[in-house]
Amino acid sequence: MIPLAAYTAVSAVLFMTGLLGVLVRRNFIIVLMSVEIMMNAANINLVAFSHYLESMAGQLVALFIIAIAAGEAAVGLAIIIVVFRGKISTNVDEMNLLKW
Amino acid sequence: MIGVFFAYFALVSIAAGVLTVSLRHPVHCALSLLVLLMHVSGLFIILNAEFLWAVQVIVYVGAILVLYLFVLMLMNLKTDERYFHSSALYILGPAVLGAGYVLYLLLRSPFSGAKGDTPATAVLQDGDTYAVGIKMFSDHLLQFEIVGIFLLGAIIGAIVLAKTPKQLDAERERL
Repeated sequence: MIPLAAYTAVSAVLFMTGLLGVLVRRNFIIVLMSVEIMMNAANINLVAFSHYLESMAGQLVALFIIAIAAGEAAVGLAIIIVVFRGKISTNVDEMNLLKW
Repeated sequence: MIGVFFAYFALVSIAAGVLTVSLRHPVHCALSLLVLLMHVSGLFIILNAEFLWAVQVIVYVGAILVLYLFVLMLMNLKTDERYFHSSALYILGPAVLGAGYVLYLLLRSPFSGAKGDTPATAVLQDGDTYAVGIKMFSDHLLQFEIVGIFLLGAIIGAIVLAKTPKQLDAERERL
């Protein structure tokens, strides 16, 4: 039997990887992909606790997280397309449309 | 036996996550994200969550990742030389230290708590899809509706954002 701590450890490492990706990468699409990695880490945690604590609520929240990830990806990619149309760049450093 | 599967899925998903963050070409990043998602769905199978496995493969890999790849190929990005942020090295050290500390705390904690009402035998008897469906449409119906409205808003927002802006001159002539 695999201990619950093993799942949380995998989830923590994946979450840290995603957080590093958000902080470190300059391409906006890769930043969004890193957010997906972080959501997957949260999903692993939720499903593992749902299995070990014998409650269904964790899997339901994981399901809602997947739905919200779909919405986030759609809106984020639409924003990228709008920015890319004007500036021909997807670097997060060069996005300063809202700066005044 | 199940430990071997767990180790395989865990190690490959961590390696794919690191590759997603560190590879240079965006399409390679998307493909290693595909490997990550498939192996995370394998972890769901080990945890008796077949319904989430199916949702992960269909929604994440089939819809979200395809959307990412579509946008990547639409924009035809060139890989630039400096693909890391300039302050990357200042972030890396504290991040590794913090992750090590969190891991140390996690591996020591017992994680005991109040048990819920759905033991593994009940899930295995009728299947995970049945258990999720019963729970979702009885106790969590309001959240389900809220997620539906959220997705509708996301669809409308994406369409409005990505629409080609109308030419102002043409509108003035029409008026």
